[in-house]
Amino acid sequence: MNVCTLKIDGVEVVGTAGETILDVARSNNIEIPTLCHLDGLSDVASCRLCVVEVAPSGKLLPACAVAVEEGMEITANSDRLHRYRQQIIEMVFLERNHVCSVCVANNHCELQDKAAEFNLTHFDLCPVNPRLEVDATHERFAIDHNRCILCLRCVRVCSEVEGAFTWGVSGRGLDTRVVTDAGAPWGESDTCTSCGKCVQVCPTGALFEKGRSVAQEKPRRPFLPYLTDKAGVPA
Amino acid sequence: MTKVKFATTWLDGCSGCHMSFLDLDERLIELGERIELVYSPLVDFKDFPTDVDACLIEGAVSSEDDLHKVQMVRERSKVLIAFGDCAVTTNVPGMRNAIGTAAVLERAYCDNATHNRGIPDEIIPRLLPKALPVHHVVHIDCFLPGCPPQADLIWRVLNELLDGQAPAAAKLARFGK
Amino acid sequence: MTETSPPAGRSPRVTANVCQAAGCVSLRSVELSKDLGDRLQKAGVTDAAVKRVGCLGLCAEGPLVRVPETGQLFSEVGVGSEAEAALVEHLATADPTREPRPKPSSFFASQVPIVLENSGLVDPEDIDDYIARSGYEALTTALTEMTPAQVIDQIVVSGLRGRGGAGFPVGIKWQTVAKSTTTDHKYVICNADEGDPGAFMDRSVLESDPHRVLEGMAIAAYAVGADSGYVYCRAEYPLAIKRLKTAIRQARRKGMLGQNIGDSQFNFHVEVRLGAGAFVCGEETALIASIEGQRGTPRPRPPYPAVSGLRGRPTLINNVESLANIAPIIRNGGEWYAKTGVGRSKGTKVFALAGRVVRTGLIEVPMGMTLREVIFDIGGGILDNRPFKAVQTGGPSGGCLPAEMLDTTLDYESLSEKGSIMGSGGMIVLDDTSCMVDVARYFMDFSRDESCGKCIPCRSGTTQLRMLLDKIVEGNADMLDLSRLEELASMVKATSLCGLGQNAPNPVLSTLRYFRSEYLAHIKERTCPAGVCAIASGEAKTS
Repeated sequence: MNVCTLKIDGVEVVGTAGETILDVARSNNIEIPTLCHLDGLSDVASCRLCVVEVAPSGKLLPACAVAVEEGMEITANSDRLHRYRQQIIEMVFLERNHVCSVCVANNHCELQDKAAEFNLTHFDLCPVNPRLEVDATHERFAIDHNRCILCLRCVRVCSEVEGAFTWGVSGRGLDTRVVTDAGAPWGESDTCTSCGKCVQVCPTGALFEKGRSVAQEKPRRPFLPYLTDKAGVPA
Repeated sequence: MTKVKFATTWLDGCSGCHMSFLDLDERLIELGERIELVYSPLVDFKDFPTDVDACLIEGAVSSEDDLHKVQMVRERSKVLIAFGDCAVTTNVPGMRNAIGTAAVLERAYCDNATHNRGIPDEIIPRLLPKALPVHHVVHIDCFLPGCPPQADLIWRVLNELLDGQAPAAAKLARFGK
Repeated sequence: MTETSPPAGRSPRVTANVCQAAGCVSLRSVELSKDLGDRLQKAGVTDAAVKRVGCLGLCAEGPLVRVPETGQLFSEVGVGSEAEAALVEHLATADPTREPRPKPSSFFASQVPIVLENSGLVDPEDIDDYIARSGYEALTTALTEMTPAQVIDQIVVSGLRGRGGAGFPVGIKWQTVAKSTTTDHKYVICNADEGDPGAFMDRSVLESDPHRVLEGMAIAAYAVGADSGYVYCRAEYPLAIKRLKTAIRQARRKGMLGQNIGDSQFNFHVEVRLGAGAFVCGEETALIASIEGQRGTPRPRPPYPAVSGLRGRPTLINNVESLANIAPIIRNGGEWYAKTGVGRSKGTKVFALAGRVVRTGLIEVPMGMTLREVIFDIGGGILDNRPFKAVQTGGPSGGCLPAEMLDTTLDYESLSEKGSIMGSGGMIVLDDTSCMVDVARYFMDFSRDESCGKCIPCRSGTTQLRMLLDKIVEGNADMLDLSRLEELASMVKATSLCGLGQNAPNPVLSTLRYFRSEYLAHIKERTCPAGVCAIASGEAKTS
């Protein structure tokens, strides 16, 4: 086994070849925040919450997608990174219409948790307030695009675990949407197996089971035994 | 010891934050030892005094009336605390922002009305184009999010303020429940 | 393709090289070349030829015709114009042996054509014409007299750096791909997804001299051990695509592409892939995803495409201009190339000179020339004698430099030190009628519109930056908004996934650095010094 030693936040740690910075940090109880990452799925490095500073270049790299190397010196937590992460969370709240108090995922939402974790008591920037649709055509599930943060976990679990390839992405920039069957209503999807994995991996209340009211949508990750929770522990 | 002149008021909100304030229960008596409640929807004073030490403000800035009120309150208060999610993020009152004022009024006063159909042009204060968080209109000294902010947290933040400390406990608050 | 030509075996006394690049074509230069042929025939002139060539450079004055034998350049030669009559007269009577050659105009005098050496001279749709000007000589030399390692050595010695924007040393990239092992294929990709507003360098090279790019690709493929290649060209360049496809067909027939090139063991196949209009597809990992048929979004690097690129195979990606430099380097040697230029920036750079200069057009200058020389000597100064205000280089990823920086030399290091970038070669000159906050907003709007939406800092950050800039130009911002703008710009720069997001704040950061007073005027005095932003009415004149 190829072993390398590196430093994260001043702590000397050991990793094996192929492990990411995030893997090594978590197995050493060094917290690096993530939002799009979910153990068991591939990484897209899109939320940028896990960016860490890698010396000597000082470049910020996503801990979830960069493999450890011998002698790396990594700053995973600093005032600068904390502020960047706060701004990222703030901008996610403002780009769509997140109203925690009336959300099905209230109190079970990773975005809401992140805001609290990063002591966000208010937002300085202005909300975009786009007008977004809700697709409730599926018999059992619905998607409210107002609450989607485009982590693409649904897209990944659908292709990588279920193998149905129902979820995809369309549009660009702020108009990006996750879509079923290239834009057809979910209820008319030929490929969807109604397995519900997408609902279970959704970090917010964007994907939910019908009939659930405020604060009733709780992810049931044990539903997916191959996916593991934080620090590689089976959920 | 002179008591702190304390006020609470609301804009576009459901008064739930004030209910949470009442959930201080017996601690209200202890609070009463240290403050003098000079204005609040909970008591019967007609005018907002000109020399308030601290004021909790609930609700979003939704109408022209709200706008005047928040400006007046700011002018007359030394410390102004955004109280609850509506004040901090606009929360439910802000859900109309994506839809537009006209559509909202149309739905409320025409589509769903059974009597006197039509959008009122008097008595009811005119809506602003968008509901705004209070700190986008006036300077806010402390933010206390939550829908509603929990009584325990209100208690801690008020005590910090009364003790002359920076309100650090507010950072323990979270949006929503 | 010549409209008229003298009887076989006799070379023409004079030739009218009629520009057929997109700028002049839009001014009916295709009709002009036909009309010229007809007129010469009618006039009974049999020893003058009309030839269709690529870009003649001085796009502002098109349609352009150059008579190489006499060195005369005719501008604004509209069909049926007086200029056309004068040209026909010149073609009928000029005697190249006695005619004094005019001094080249200041637009051309200080240019050094390497990439554009054939531009305006060869017929872009005729491989024989290219071959007649030493075309494919470099490829043949490489295949018959050099090992792949020797080819790469010459590129390393030349000091050539990527012309697409980032300026990564080309030779090192080639070495990395050459070293990468694979069980089957390696690929060479030519990035022709030029998308900066105001930039048309690559388009012009492809329209004027497509074989040069193909030759560069073939040499690269030989050097790194690739057997297939793609030209990823934006679909908005129909003429470039047409000429490129013609060139590929001709090169195959001549044995310069395909199996056993030049009777050697070397095989190299090239296909054209069209981009569907996304700026981000100029980013190499997004471009690869697009060729693979995936959504064109970038992925984190490492791994770099040189190690794992197209279909997971080692892939060399170079831009059009980088590849257009390859043949002359191999023909003349890396040391020859390195003689031109300055410091760590060798050779020449093609710029699309645009904006408020007298002479806009396509130029090629040695690295190390100053901005002042380019704008005032080549470009002829500012239109209507107005004062110079700023020059924007590098498009939406670049920055604006003020008058105090006019003596900055054009090289990678100097430009980035001053807060701009070399970029791919867009150069937009601004005079005092431009508001710098409005310019920053224009570029931010471009980046916002072109953000692929994958990562949060770029997707949401460009929107927020645009909203803050809106507030400023509308006169509704306070000093807190300015500090938010600065803080957010640094954050988007530091945390975005790809170059598009990382560089999107540059126009804001550079205008804040050099034109901060204009921001302050909008915020504190609620006035726009340039009179562009209509602050009083709350709406801006420009959109």
